[in-house]
Amino acid sequence: MIAFFKLLFRNRLAAVGAVVLTVIVLMALAVPILPLKDPNLPHTAARFTPPFSEGYLLGADHLGRDQLSRLLWGTRTSLAVGAVAAFLAAFLGSAIGILSGYFGGRTDNILMRLIDMLMAFPYILLALAIVAALGTGLINALIAVAAVNIPFFARNIRGITVGLSHREFVDAARLAGKGHSRIILSEILPNVLPVIVIAMSTTVGWMILETAGLSFLGLGSQPPDSDLGSMLGLARAAFTTHPHTSIIPGVMIFLIVMSVNLLGDGVRDALDPRLRSGALSRPMAVTKVARNRTLPAAATPAPLLAVDDLETQFHVGERRYEAVGKVSLQVNPGECLGIIGESGSGKSVTALSLTGLVASPPGVITGGAVRLEGDDLLSANYETLRSIRGNRIAYIFQDPLSTLHPLYTVGDQLAEAIRCHAPVSRADAKSRALELMEAVRIPNAATRLSSYPHEMSGGMRQRVGIAMAMANDPDIIIADEPTTALDVTVQAQILSLLNDLRRERGLAIVFITHDFGVVAQLCDRVAVMYAGRIVEEGPTDAILATPAHPYTKRLIACVPELGGGRRELAAIPGLPPMVDDLPPGCHFAPRCDKATAECRVGYIALREGKQQRAVRCIHPEEDIA
Amino acid sequence: MTKLALKVDNLSKTFTIGGGLLSKSRPGVRAVRPVSFEVPEGETLGVVGESGCGKSTFARMLVGLLEPTTGHIEIAGKALDNADPAAFGRLIQYMFQDPISSLNPRKTIRQIMEAPLRLLHGMDKPQRTARIAEIFASVNLREEFLDRYPHEFSGGQAQRIGIARALAAAPEIIILDEPVSALDVSVQAQVLNLMARLKKEFNLTYLFISHDLAVVEAVSDRIMVLYFGAVVEIGRAEDVFRAPKHPYTKLLADSAPVVGRALTAPESAAAELPDPLNPPRGCAFATRCPRATDECRANDPPLTQMGDSQFAACFHPLS
Repeated sequence: MIAFFKLLFRNRLAAVGAVVLTVIVLMALAVPILPLKDPNLPHTAARFTPPFSEGYLLGADHLGRDQLSRLLWGTRTSLAVGAVAAFLAAFLGSAIGILSGYFGGRTDNILMRLIDMLMAFPYILLALAIVAALGTGLINALIAVAAVNIPFFARNIRGITVGLSHREFVDAARLAGKGHSRIILSEILPNVLPVIVIAMSTTVGWMILETAGLSFLGLGSQPPDSDLGSMLGLARAAFTTHPHTSIIPGVMIFLIVMSVNLLGDGVRDALDPRLRSGALSRPMAVTKVARNRTLPAAATPAPLLAVDDLETQFHVGERRYEAVGKVSLQVNPGECLGIIGESGSGKSVTALSLTGLVASPPGVITGGAVRLEGDDLLSANYETLRSIRGNRIAYIFQDPLSTLHPLYTVGDQLAEAIRCHAPVSRADAKSRALELMEAVRIPNAATRLSSYPHEMSGGMRQRVGIAMAMANDPDIIIADEPTTALDVTVQAQILSLLNDLRRERGLAIVFITHDFGVVAQLCDRVAVMYAGRIVEEGPTDAILATPAHPYTKRLIACVPELGGGRRELAAIPGLPPMVDDLPPGCHFAPRCDKATAECRVGYIALREGKQQRAVRCIHPEEDIA
Repeated sequence: MTKLALKVDNLSKTFTIGGGLLSKSRPGVRAVRPVSFEVPEGETLGVVGESGCGKSTFARMLVGLLEPTTGHIEIAGKALDNADPAAFGRLIQYMFQDPISSLNPRKTIRQIMEAPLRLLHGMDKPQRTARIAEIFASVNLREEFLDRYPHEFSGGQAQRIGIARALAAAPEIIILDEPVSALDVSVQAQVLNLMARLKKEFNLTYLFISHDLAVVEAVSDRIMVLYFGAVVEIGRAEDVFRAPKHPYTKLLADSAPVVGRALTAPESAAAELPDPLNPPRGCAFATRCPRATDECRANDPPLTQMGDSQFAACFHPLS
């Protein structure tokens, strides 16, 4: 709650709105006890007294009634009517929306068509028709304004409810024996309530305005009572001769509506969970680099890609998440390097750091170097990086449905990827796209060029993703769990395709995965990551046969292999540490049964052994030296 | 002869298309073709199949979340033909794939745990507190978790809360729908071993649905292979992938990445699932099958016994 107010008042305009509205509401509440004149007592001698006169601070109207008193009483009425109308519309509209969204089918169809009918009339006509049918009067105007706003709530809330009612927790509640009314009240409602509040806060100003409009036309509050709208209406005749009678209520309406809207926008932003996590702050085009140490020395001769002591952190408030800690890797042409690790081990952040693709804020590269043929990429400017991304270093991501644009055909997207880096004609790009589609073995490539991503199966989409990565003959492809979302039969096809491509074209592949089976089949070398650090590195066969780090050994034991029959599976007790609170010494020590006091202090270096192997452990399972 | 925990007879589901305010809906996608099988008490039946094979539709029908188009379900000798989740709830529970999204984000774990106890078993407050303590002890969760909200838990913990909720209903059968696919390997085994222990402790029967063949093989007594909404093979876990009878089962087994096996694509790139709106005649696998003949493209192969406890739906089974 305090966090909510902090967020709300960080928005200056919302704070101004809140202050103005609070003052107005307090005044309106205090009206009966304030020493005001009777708002309805005419006094002919004081007709059209100008403002700031003796006894009439805001002047008097055409009947000589005190403007200040009438303004405050009118504000009170207008606010009350607006708030009640907003509440009524929100209550009825949300009820219709929830029922319609939850039950779906015929109920939804009938309710929504009724709402459509309400929406088919211009709102003022509809309000006039309702008032005409019910008769004039403030209560009837209130009903009309509420009715006119029901569709807004019903439509909004229905959309949210449809999404919620297909969520698994609703099914779970049903299986726990909850009936429809219980599910609606205790499962759905708490989740839509914030949306209802947001919708109300943004519409209440609008409803005050609509009520004033009806009163202005003489259909709302009836004399001698008046609200702000009818004050304006009565002052209309004297607008040119005595403008103060219309300006004063006009300014009040303006103040109320503005402050409500500013506050409403602020409330909406503060309640939106995406804003709270900072999602709408635009990330920079390149990850922020803040290296304060001298760069580590470059290897000679320079490998194709060398990562030296790379450190990437996420800075969220006061917290420092050390996602990648001193990672060093090397990749040569035609080689496939696997990076294996569990979720949160930093494998994907490592991959994204290479070309500065980690979102900043909150990501910051705090140390190390990434060298492509000896040139440091982290100190390169945006233009240089942009010419390298996709051209020399290309990425393949896990879910091609979310990386391909849904509104363009795959042919157009491939052609665009080519034309981004090479000055070729549209026709040449198209024919190159066709070649690429054939290279990744998409059947009927020519007709598939004009398909949209959603028309293809997951396996075909991932082939397009690979074709896209291949578009500019890159030197290195970074594949981030490219087969995790695919079925096994499709995974086997994609892996063998990647393997063929690298052998035919001498591609270097950095393959990020959590699956030892995949690593064993595709990668020459593998680096095992745990809590941001590489714990073991070496040739795939050697590591799988004789893992040296206790984590690697136990992780391999956890993976069930087909053909083993029914058995008890090995597990590693405990959980990986949070990277904002890493234990000193070895990160795996709290879960390791070989850990000693020595393991829990100081930095443990990666020690190199024979056959290009290296391990970060004081008590390794195998002697690799 | 052991008691039957679950008996399914001719269960099928056809989803309708259209059905607006004025237009009549017409039958469309056959998500599950008629399926019949039995599960004896205390068994774990593994169900494998790729995306789109009807696994989830099938599971949702078994727990009453979806009304079957045809067929009967009998649990522990009681027929359950109406789609009333509460009636199903006492006999059969469902554990969801995504541990976090199956917990309402605005409720505490205690509120989530109490619902089945109160609504399915009518327990009063002290009884509920005692029962929750008992269940939490058996799934290795600390009681202080009860007053926290779902987003405060890791995937493995949330999945254990999911198990605890399913146990609270004291069902005969629990359907585990991809229970560990959202978890890391090192945590996956913790959950699987816990479930194996609970099965003994509470005398449960499991239906274990997964796309991970090795995991299914490790935990199941028998395995059922689904393809395109139909059972293509069913048999003892140790036999199904070691000596598959149906060519599709063999394809699955050959596709699984295995340490020490060379990387080869087990089939051509053109292989795709048939269009569910326009299913082919005969065996659905015929277009991908190297052994397919004209007979396969004309007739649906029935599930027939091959070997002492293995059944496959194939005219030309592998020997």
